[in-house]
Amino acid sequence: MSRATHKEPVAVVGIGQTKHVAARRDVSLAGLVREAARRALADAELTWSDVDAVVIGKAPDFFEGVMMPELYLADALGAVGKPMLRVHTAGSVGGSTALVAADLVAARIHGTVLTVAFEKQSESNAMWGLSLPVPFQQPLLAGAGGFFAPHVRAYMRRTGAPDTIGSLVAYKDRRNALKNPYAHLHEHDITLEKVQASPMLWDPIRYSETCPSSDGACAMVLTDRAGAARSPRPPAWMLGGAMRSEPTLFAGKDFVSPRAGRDCAADVYRQAGITDPRRQIDAVEMYVPFSWYEPMWLENLGFADEGEGWKLTEAGVTELGGDLPVNPSGGVLSSNPIGASGMIRFAEAALQVRGRAGEHQVEGARTALGHAYGGGAQFFSMWLVGDRPPTG
Amino acid sequence: MTASARRDVAVVAFAQTDHTRRTDELSEVEMLMPVLHAVLSETGLTASDIGFTCSGSSDYLAGRPFSFTMALDGVGAWPPISESHVETDGAWALYEAWVKLLTGQADTALVYAYGKSSPGSVRDVLTRQLDPYYLAPLWPDSVALAALQARALIDAGHTDEPALAAIAARSRRDAAAHPHAQLRGARPQGDYVVAPLRTGDCPPVGDGAAAVILAAGERARALCARPAWITGMDHRVEAHSLGVRDLTDSPSTRLAAERSGAFDASAGRPVDTAELHAPFTAQEVVLRRALRLGDDVRVNPSGGALAANPVMAAGLIRLGEAAARIHRGASDRALAHATSGPCLQQNLVAVLEGDPR
Repeated sequence: MSRATHKEPVAVVGIGQTKHVAARRDVSLAGLVREAARRALADAELTWSDVDAVVIGKAPDFFEGVMMPELYLADALGAVGKPMLRVHTAGSVGGSTALVAADLVAARIHGTVLTVAFEKQSESNAMWGLSLPVPFQQPLLAGAGGFFAPHVRAYMRRTGAPDTIGSLVAYKDRRNALKNPYAHLHEHDITLEKVQASPMLWDPIRYSETCPSSDGACAMVLTDRAGAARSPRPPAWMLGGAMRSEPTLFAGKDFVSPRAGRDCAADVYRQAGITDPRRQIDAVEMYVPFSWYEPMWLENLGFADEGEGWKLTEAGVTELGGDLPVNPSGGVLSSNPIGASGMIRFAEAALQVRGRAGEHQVEGARTALGHAYGGGAQFFSMWLVGDRPPTG
Repeated sequence: MTASARRDVAVVAFAQTDHTRRTDELSEVEMLMPVLHAVLSETGLTASDIGFTCSGSSDYLAGRPFSFTMALDGVGAWPPISESHVETDGAWALYEAWVKLLTGQADTALVYAYGKSSPGSVRDVLTRQLDPYYLAPLWPDSVALAALQARALIDAGHTDEPALAAIAARSRRDAAAHPHAQLRGARPQGDYVVAPLRTGDCPPVGDGAAAVILAAGERARALCARPAWITGMDHRVEAHSLGVRDLTDSPSTRLAAERSGAFDASAGRPVDTAELHAPFTAQEVVLRRALRLGDDVRVNPSGGALAANPVMAAGLIRLGEAAARIHRGASDRALAHATSGPCLQQNLVAVLEGDPR
């Protein structure tokens, strides 16, 4: 479609995160989001007055107990007198929020947009915030793990994956997290044996194969070509971005490899000219809240054929030093401020192609995928970023 | 941004429920489904023909997290669709969809919004959107805050109680001809709810849903005999704390109107209609001044939010009502406004135009 080439190219010139922890009792909600936003502005060497609009996202308002908190947060984010848009697409929201912000630049409505996503889960109890009352879902389906465990089990049965794969992912991500100063879990004494000996929560998902509940925020400054030219540091360029949704429950749904995820990835690859993701993409930040989702999403995202994803994990391909590093930041398994988790994936992908990922930098990363999903594995948002602007 | 570089995008269809005090027998999805079917059938499109879908709603009204996921099932998102959601009034969902169409990533968009106030006390629920540390613990409700604003306006000499009663009477009179309105025809202004606001100054509490379809360029012309072209749209937010705002003014509305070209005389055609999202009579006074609306502009011919105010859909309905007037030739250039937050904290303005006749 030729009209797509008329879009303004979108660049990431500023990234900021908070240190993700179980409870940030030292800051308010406003203090938390402002911390991430200020770091993003500092990275871009911009001030609040350079920002034309603010796009903010988070997962359910019940997690903090504040209805439409963007209203109260307008002051803290320098949004007074500016447009402020609030996005909520369940767990994929951090990614969707970034894409909505990117559209404002792509449509040439604004030159520079600040986008922020956050969750301060310590304000309430996410486990019960996610447990819908009967009759909206079956009883005893407590929390997200209860919903996803049967689908992991289905993946194992379908592919014949050995039951050791999940612990390999957790062991890898927790070691990667040690290289990321913002990661929530820094388990210096982690061993594979410790992961495998951790209590079984929702069979086959063990305690050490689950994400923590974190307080945290992530922010990015997105800008147009002119803004990128003024950037003091290398920008990351958005080469493709898409969202896809499908229903929660219906007879034809494949929970192991949802079609919305496959379609979303295909759309992003088409936009970015990716024909062989395994070879053309250098780093992946994928949304893996339970360890088994790494092999599942490797297949869903086209990095492996159906039934083959676990083999990449087992062979060490997804390790930081492997040829397709997955979650070099430590991923959702190591930090999960839910509403921010998708944006952290997008931001970490951008850090990689900017060469600014510090100790968890993938050497020579030039293209990286950021991936988020939410709801009953039904909402997907992804972007592909590169170290060069889009051509054409 | 040069306006000429933009794609032409129009509202091509609009549908809404009958707005009622309670819908105990219906789930949100059941309330929404007929509206989705109606707006699609108006254009002959199916859900799978739509390029982008966006909705507005609030978990706090539904009383459960991710309430919008069930509505998505009602849309029939199979094969998977490009879709997003804003946790606010559907007017902002329409804004997100408009931007998506401007980027060229889609040619059509379905936008919907819904809200059921009947399961709880909406006055209490809305207190939860206030500053959680200093204000929300005091539970100041939405009517009390609106009364504060009305009192400030009266004290400033911008209005008085008879003038507010006249706004209420005009809205109700206009709503008499509106088949979907919750309150219709002449009604007494009633007793004080929170002085100086009387029953008639306050919106009815009710349940309802609405949907619109947007289309770009030639698609719009193919789907609608007289598309309501969105010539500009902008929204702005103000400080949250009521103590730092002048409640008698709405600078965010004025700025959004400026940026959306509402004051642009070069457009050649004056605004003839304004659909204002003013749930309380006194807020119409604030908005009229901010938008510089003269007596020649028809304000809220639908009856406005004083006749039906389904929370999270009422702003989208203003856009839909303005567009529908253009569709049927009752307006050539209409302004639509939506608000969010206490005392008009956040405001959106869109300018809609029909082709010359």
